[in-house]
Amino acid sequence: MADTIGLTLNGRSQEVAPAATIWQAARAVGLEVPTLCYDSRVAPAGNCRVCMVEVAGERVLAPACARQVQPGMVIETQSPKAVAARRMVVELYLADHPLGTCGVGKGCELEALARRLGLRGSRFPARSSAPKPDLSSPVIAVDLSKCILCRRCISACSDLQVNNVIGLDARGFSTTISFDTNLAMGRSTCVSCGECVSACPTEALVERLHQDVAFRPDARKTRTVCPYCGVGCNVELHVVDNRVVRVTGTRESAVNLGKLCVKGRFGYDFIQHPDRLTRALIRRPGVPREAADQGDPRDCFREASWDEALDLVAARLGGLKARYGPDALGVVSSAKCPNEENYLIQKFARVVLGTNNVDHCIRLCHASSVAALIYALGSGAMTNSSFEVYSSDVIIVMGSNTTENHPIISSHMRQAAKRGATLIVIDPRRIELVNHAHIWLRQRPGTDVALLNGLMHVILKEGLHDEAFIRGRTEGFEQLGPVIEAYPPERVEAITGVPAADLVRVARLYGRAKAAAIYWGMGMSQHTTGTDNCLSLINLGLLCGHVGREGTGLNPLRGQNNVQGAGDMGAIPDNYPGYQPVEDPGTREKFERAWGVPLNPRRGLTITEMMEAMRQGGLRGMYIVGENPLVSEANIAHARAALFRLEWIVAQDIFLNETARYADVVLPAACFAEKGGTYTNTDRRVQLARQAVEPPGEARADWEIICDVAVRMGYPMPYEDLAEVFAEAAAVTPIYAGLSYARLQGEGLQWPCADATSVGAPFLHKERFTRGLGRFVPCHQRPPRELPDDDFPFVLNTGRVLEHWHTGSMTRRSHGLDALYPELLVSIHPLDADELRVRSGDRVQVVSRRGRITARAEVTEQTPKGSIFIPFHFAEAAANLLTIDALDPVAKIPEYKFCAVRVERAA
Amino acid sequence: MGVAPAATPPLAGFRPETREFMAQIVSRYPTRRAGLLPLLSLAQEEHGYLTVEAMEQIAAFLGLSPTEVYETASFYTLLHFRPIGEHLVQVCTNLSCALLGARPVVEHLKQRLGVREGETTADGLFTLETVECIAACGGAPALQVNGRYYERMTPSAADALLDRLAGER
Repeated sequence: MADTIGLTLNGRSQEVAPAATIWQAARAVGLEVPTLCYDSRVAPAGNCRVCMVEVAGERVLAPACARQVQPGMVIETQSPKAVAARRMVVELYLADHPLGTCGVGKGCELEALARRLGLRGSRFPARSSAPKPDLSSPVIAVDLSKCILCRRCISACSDLQVNNVIGLDARGFSTTISFDTNLAMGRSTCVSCGECVSACPTEALVERLHQDVAFRPDARKTRTVCPYCGVGCNVELHVVDNRVVRVTGTRESAVNLGKLCVKGRFGYDFIQHPDRLTRALIRRPGVPREAADQGDPRDCFREASWDEALDLVAARLGGLKARYGPDALGVVSSAKCPNEENYLIQKFARVVLGTNNVDHCIRLCHASSVAALIYALGSGAMTNSSFEVYSSDVIIVMGSNTTENHPIISSHMRQAAKRGATLIVIDPRRIELVNHAHIWLRQRPGTDVALLNGLMHVILKEGLHDEAFIRGRTEGFEQLGPVIEAYPPERVEAITGVPAADLVRVARLYGRAKAAAIYWGMGMSQHTTGTDNCLSLINLGLLCGHVGREGTGLNPLRGQNNVQGAGDMGAIPDNYPGYQPVEDPGTREKFERAWGVPLNPRRGLTITEMMEAMRQGGLRGMYIVGENPLVSEANIAHARAALFRLEWIVAQDIFLNETARYADVVLPAACFAEKGGTYTNTDRRVQLARQAVEPPGEARADWEIICDVAVRMGYPMPYEDLAEVFAEAAAVTPIYAGLSYARLQGEGLQWPCADATSVGAPFLHKERFTRGLGRFVPCHQRPPRELPDDDFPFVLNTGRVLEHWHTGSMTRRSHGLDALYPELLVSIHPLDADELRVRSGDRVQVVSRRGRITARAEVTEQTPKGSIFIPFHFAEAAANLLTIDALDPVAKIPEYKFCAVRVERAA
Repeated sequence: MGVAPAATPPLAGFRPETREFMAQIVSRYPTRRAGLLPLLSLAQEEHGYLTVEAMEQIAAFLGLSPTEVYETASFYTLLHFRPIGEHLVQVCTNLSCALLGARPVVEHLKQRLGVREGETTADGLFTLETVECIAACGGAPALQVNGRYYERMTPSAADALLDRLAGER
C-alpha cells in the first residue's frame, strides 16, 4: 500500500494517509471539520451529522468522521450544501438545547459551534418537557435537559472504560440517556470514573466538586502523574488560587489515553484538606505515646520551627547511632515519593546513618513477586507492558481484582476481551472482571500452587509445552516433571475445588495461545507461600514460552504509584539502586567511590524484620517517611507494641496519620501536587511529574528535608533541584543510565535504558533472560499458616476497594470518595449470612486470635462461602488488627490474604 | 461468560416453569442474547410489567449488561416498566389513524378516565397510552386493549367499549 494517496480538499491537492478518514485527513492538512460526537479514541459513531462534507460526484453528503479517503476524491468541507446541512443540524440541536442553556462554565461545544456558524436560535419548536436534574451521585451532576444525544458518554462508558452503564432510553422524541435499567446515576452500577463527564460536549454531565471555581477561565493546568495506584495515569491538575479544583486525564498519554478512575479524577481534596501538617511538631515533654489515643493527637505536640525540629532530629539520630551503632536505626521510605526522594532516602540511610535498614511498602505488597522474578528471570519487574493486552490472544488474571486496584489496566483488559482476546479469571472472589471473562476458575483460598501445577500437568501430558523454548532458553526443566506428576486434574479438583474439565480447558487455551499473558496481584504475593505462588506462575510461563515476546509475559501489577521506582532506587535492605546487591564487595566499592564514604557490608532488615528487631530491642530509632505501618502492618496490636518500644521516632508525612501521632518529631511534607520528580509505573515507565501548587504553611518537599537533616549530621547533600538528584541516581543505576529529565519530557521511557541512544523496552527478556537462562523452580502445594477450625471457622481475605487506597489517609480526606464509600463493609456470602442470621447493614464483630473489629456486613456472592473479605483502609476498624504476621520465608511478606476468624452478630 | 456457582440460582425471581421455558427458548438460538425479547415478554406476562430485578436477572442469564436489556426493552411500547392497569388501552396515533380521527378519541378517553397519556386510573382498571402504527390502517382509527384490536373508533364507540370492560369486572 502506498504511503500516501492524492486527493483534493477544498480545491487544493493534498497527499494524505490512505487509512485516514476524511476528518483525519482534513485535520492533518490544517482544516478543522466541526463535530459533536467524534472521539479519536474510539471507532467513529457518525452520529451527530455535523461533520457532513460534500464529495464530488456523490448524491448525498458524507460524514467526514466515518468515511475513509479514496485516491482522487474531491472533497469540499465548506460547500454551500455542506454548510447549509451543518447549520440545519445544529439548529435542530438548538431546539432541545437553546443558546444559554449551559452556564456552569465547563464550556459547551454545541453553543460554541452555533455561534461560530452565526446561529442565534432555532426555527424548530423547543421540546415541551425535559428531564429533571439527577444529583444522586456525589461527584457527577446529570442534567439531561442539556443533553444533545451525541452518545459520546455511551461510547466513553462502553467502549473506552467498558463499564456498560450508560444506554439509550426509549425512542423518537422521548429518547434520553439512561443508567442501567433507567436508575438514578447514584443508584446504578456506575463506578464514578467520570469518563462520561470528560466526553460530554455540553454540561449535561459535569463534575459536582468545587463547581463554583472548577471552570474558571483563569484556571491553570499542570500535567503530572496520578498519586494513587501503579498504573501511572497522566493527569492535568486544574488550579485556581493555589487550589486544585478539577482533574482531567491527559489524552496524549500512552498510559491512560486520557482515561481516569474515580480516585484519579475525584480523589484530590486531600491536597488542601485542613488536616494537612503545616508546621513541624515536637512531642511535649513527659507526654507518653499512648496519650495520642485520647482526644486530639495534636495536643500531644507543640509546634516548632524547622531549625529546632531539624536540629533535634539530627541530634537524636546521631546520638542513637553513637550509642547503639548504625544498625540500631531503621528507615521506612515511601512508594508515594518520587524516584529522586527514594534515592536520597536510601542514600541517607546508607551514607549518613550507616545502615542498610531501609525498606518500603514493597515488603507488604509484591516482595515475593520480585524475589521470584529476580531468582528465576533476573529482573523483578513486570516483563511486559499493560497496553500489550491488545496483542494477547489469551489473558490470565490471577489473584488480582484489577478493576478495583488498577482500574485503567482493567479497562484495557476489558477492551481487549471485547475485541476478541480470551480473558481467564482465576480468583476465589467473584470480582468484576468475571463479568467480562470467558472462563472463571474459583479456587479455594490458598490453593494456588496446586492449581498452577495442575495446569502444567495437563500441558505436559498433552504436549502443549514449547520444547524449543525450554531447550534454548531455560534450565531446571528436568526437575519440573517429577513435581508436576503429582498434580493430575482430578487431584487438583479435590484440593482447589476447580472442576477438572475447566482446568483442562484453561491449560489448553494457555498452551495453544500464540501470545498469552499472565497478570497477577496480591492475591498471589501476600501469602506465606507467596514466593512459591509466583515461581509457579513463572514455571507456567516458561513451560509454554509465553515470555519475551509482545503480548506475553509475567506481570505483577504494582500497587502504589512509585513502588516500582522506590525498589529501583534501592529503598530496599539488600540492594543498592538498580538491584545491585549490598553484599557484593565489588558493587559496594563502586558505591563507596560514588558516595565518598565506607558503606555497611551487612544487608539490612526488611520492614517486617524491623518490627521483630524493635520487639527484641535491637532497633532503637526509626525514621518513617510517608508511611502508616500502624494501619498497614499485619497484626497491628503486635506492631504497635513493637513500635512503642522504640526510644525515638521521627515521622515525615502530609498528615498526622495513625503512626505519626506516636512519633517524637513530626515533619510536615509536601504532597505529589506540590513537587516535581519522576515516578516509575508498573510498566517500568519513568514519567516526569510537575509541581502544580505551593505546599501549605511551612510544609516542604521530602527531598529538601532529608538533605537538611543530612547536612546537620555532617554529610552535605547540596542539590540545586530534583533534576540534579536524578542525574546522580541515573549515573549509579544501570537500568536508568540513559534517562534524563530532557528525555522524559514527553511520554516517559520504559527501563532498561542503558544509554542516551536507548529508547527503553516495552517488554523484557527478548532474546535472553536478564540472568541468562530462565530458571524452573517447581514447588509443591503447602497450606496457609492458620487454617480455619471450630473456633475460627472463616477464612479472612483482605484488600482494597475501588474508592479507597492504602491506609485511607488521602482517599478518606477526599470528599467525593468518602461520600461514595463512607464506611467499612465486611463482605460475607449469603449462605453464611443466613446461618449467622445476618443481613446487609447489620453490625457484625469479626474476631481472630489477634484482635477484633466491629463493622457493617455486606451480604454478597462476590465472596466465596466460608470466606469473608475486609478492606484495610479503615483505621477505626482496621482489618490488620485481625491479620496474621506469619511471613513468607524468602520475601518476608506477611500472609494478608489468609487467616482464620469467626463472625458474630454485634449488639 | 463465566457462570457463577451462586447461592441464588439464575432467574430466581421467576416461577420454576417460567425459568425452564426461558432456558428452553435461549437454547433455540445460536447466541444467548437472541433470546432477549421473548424472555422480556415472559417476564412481563408473569409480573405484569418489567421489574428492575427481572431485567437484571435476565441480563445476568443472557450475559448482557442491565443497560443493554433496558435499551432494548424501552424501545418497545408493548413493554412496561411500571405496574399498569387491568386493561391497557393503546390508541394508534400514526398516520392513517390520525387522519381518520384518532386524536378526538384520545382526548375523549383522557377526559373520561381522568388521566394523561401513560397514566393509570386510580382504581387500577385502565392505563391509557398512544402508540405508533399497530398495522390496523384498514380499520383506522384503531386501538388495542390488552393486545385485542378494536377498529373504527369514535368517542362514543370508545365509551361503549370502556363501559363493557368496566362491567366485566
